[in-house]
Amino acid sequence: MSTLEIKDLHVSVILDDENTKQILKGVNLTINSGEIHAIMGPNGSGKSTLASTIAGHPKYVVDSGEILLDGEDVTEMSVDERARAGLFLAMQYPVEIPGVTMSNFLRSAKTAVDGEAPALRTWTKDVKAAMSDLQIDPDFISRNVNEGFSGGEKKRHEILQLELLKPKFGILDETDSGLDVDALKIVSAGVNRAHEKNDMGVLLITHYTRILKYIKPEFVHVFVDGKMVDQGGPELADRLEEEGYVSYVGK
Amino acid sequence: MSENKTLGHQDPAIPGMDQEGEKLATEHVSDDTIKPAGHNTDGGVKGDPSRAGRPTSYKVEDFEKLTGREEDWRFTPLKRLGGLHTEKLIGEAPAVDVKAPAGVTVETVSRDDARIGTAGIPEDIVAANAWSNFSEATVVTVEKEQELTERIDISINGKGEKLGAQHILIETKPFSKAVVVLRHTGDAVLSQNVEFLVGDSSELHVITVQQWEDTAIHASAQYATLGRDSKFKHVNISLGGDLVRVTPSTKFAAPGAETEMYGLYFVDAKQHIENRLFVDHSIPNCKSRVTYKGALQGKGAHSVWVGDVLIGKDADGTDTYELNRNLLLEDGPRADSVPNLEIETGLIAGAGHASTTGQLDPEHLWYLQARGLSQPEARRLVVRGFLNEIIQQIRIEDLEAELTDALEAELALGNN
Repeated sequence: MSTLEIKDLHVSVILDDENTKQILKGVNLTINSGEIHAIMGPNGSGKSTLASTIAGHPKYVVDSGEILLDGEDVTEMSVDERARAGLFLAMQYPVEIPGVTMSNFLRSAKTAVDGEAPALRTWTKDVKAAMSDLQIDPDFISRNVNEGFSGGEKKRHEILQLELLKPKFGILDETDSGLDVDALKIVSAGVNRAHEKNDMGVLLITHYTRILKYIKPEFVHVFVDGKMVDQGGPELADRLEEEGYVSYVGK
Repeated sequence: MSENKTLGHQDPAIPGMDQEGEKLATEHVSDDTIKPAGHNTDGGVKGDPSRAGRPTSYKVEDFEKLTGREEDWRFTPLKRLGGLHTEKLIGEAPAVDVKAPAGVTVETVSRDDARIGTAGIPEDIVAANAWSNFSEATVVTVEKEQELTERIDISINGKGEKLGAQHILIETKPFSKAVVVLRHTGDAVLSQNVEFLVGDSSELHVITVQQWEDTAIHASAQYATLGRDSKFKHVNISLGGDLVRVTPSTKFAAPGAETEMYGLYFVDAKQHIENRLFVDHSIPNCKSRVTYKGALQGKGAHSVWVGDVLIGKDADGTDTYELNRNLLLEDGPRADSVPNLEIETGLIAGAGHASTTGQLDPEHLWYLQARGLSQPEARRLVVRGFLNEIIQQIRIEDLEAELTDALEAELALGNN
């Protein structure tokens, strides 16, 4: 059993050589293995900053506070160390990497995360099965990473990696955006599989309640202006569905 | 690492083109030091900035002494040419070792053989110096209708020979198909002319590899003349040598031909690797694609890429695109990249060029590192991916693997 703790986290974004802007203003959150948390909030509230900061994007600076994975300070780790420690960020806008095939990429990532190369035979079988579950065309394995993929295809590939790399915690940054209903169901099923099989903790970051029909959170947090302003169970999501964020943003 | 520099421009189509044509030469303005020399200069005017006006001659004495200000030498450190431009090239040249399957004739001929000069004519003093001074040429002929299943290997392994001149001619007779690997290793100071005479409806795929030791100096003028409906593919890979200057050109002799010219260079500290291409579209309905990629690391690493494309007034239906991309792996190297497109007719299918020089994209590294790859691993994967596009064009498994290993070794040399 693992725990991801975020304590009084203050974060700024680097705008240019001289200027930074504070985005996160004291975030507190604890997630245990097997739990599903949804973080909901209006656009611009800093939800994605939280996701990127946990994963270690160099654009964000931790001003104060801690991110602890089983007591270890994640903010001291490099991006790749965090990934190897069991954190996975399913990105909102995955980049295309020319000349690097999916097959090479997936194998390299698996090797890096596990500390040893996967056994060839079982690995190939695992990849095929995971692709088939996510309804990804088998040809995609020989294509370059995300190159020419549609928005929906990119999201499915993020979840493919989530299933294959088996992290302790999966952070899903607006994974539902730009997905039609069919794709949303496929992607959600993938997240649920990883959650059940690997006892993965899930941090689901979203603006809309739509994805919560398919991925059921036990905890819902409302995020406004860089911090949590409310928390509750699934019923809170239902309320947000009806009322929106109006009562929180005061508009 | 400071800012992420991106220079150059992207011109996928030809804006403002009409049927009269238009000259779109990019900064192809010389210091007025190019003078027409010898014969074949009837179109040439003093200081003519057009590629069509460049002086050509087989004779070294027809060229003016180099000053370094000439358009085609302005990026080259003349001091490091080892005398290829000033000395008479009567030193020894490395042996040319040809391994060819059945259906191919390999000859050593004297310099007055009628085939010599049928595919090319020197455009600079270093090539003319070799042409004026070589004693024997190697002629490789793929007989007509022979579709070779095995490749032709031409090995040039230098043993420290200085100031040598070399001449090679490869001819594919009509309806033949061949793959030729021209491989340069060892050490030498060498000027070389290589002619490719691509017969009607034949296909010639050439891979030229410059994998010299650190001290070698090599100038290689490579000329392809393409017959009707023929196909030429040229893959030019420069990894080793102190100064390597390759000038590949394609000239269309009849309509319907296609040329694909690929290049890859990996430049280390203090190395100078220069590629100057020329595609002469003076015949209608021909197609050309030029794609060169380079990676540079270390102080004093210098690459030069110049791609000249000339579309003549009768070249209706021409389709051409040229691309050069450079990746600076650290601060310190310099990459010069100059695409030149001259168009004298608007009745073409397409013409464009692009040139970019930049550093590794931090977002690529971020993505890979977020999946657990260490920074060096992530860098290697991205660079390999970048160069792989060219390696894939070789289509010879063992050579691809060998060059991939060589590139890995290059990457391991840097602080990557």
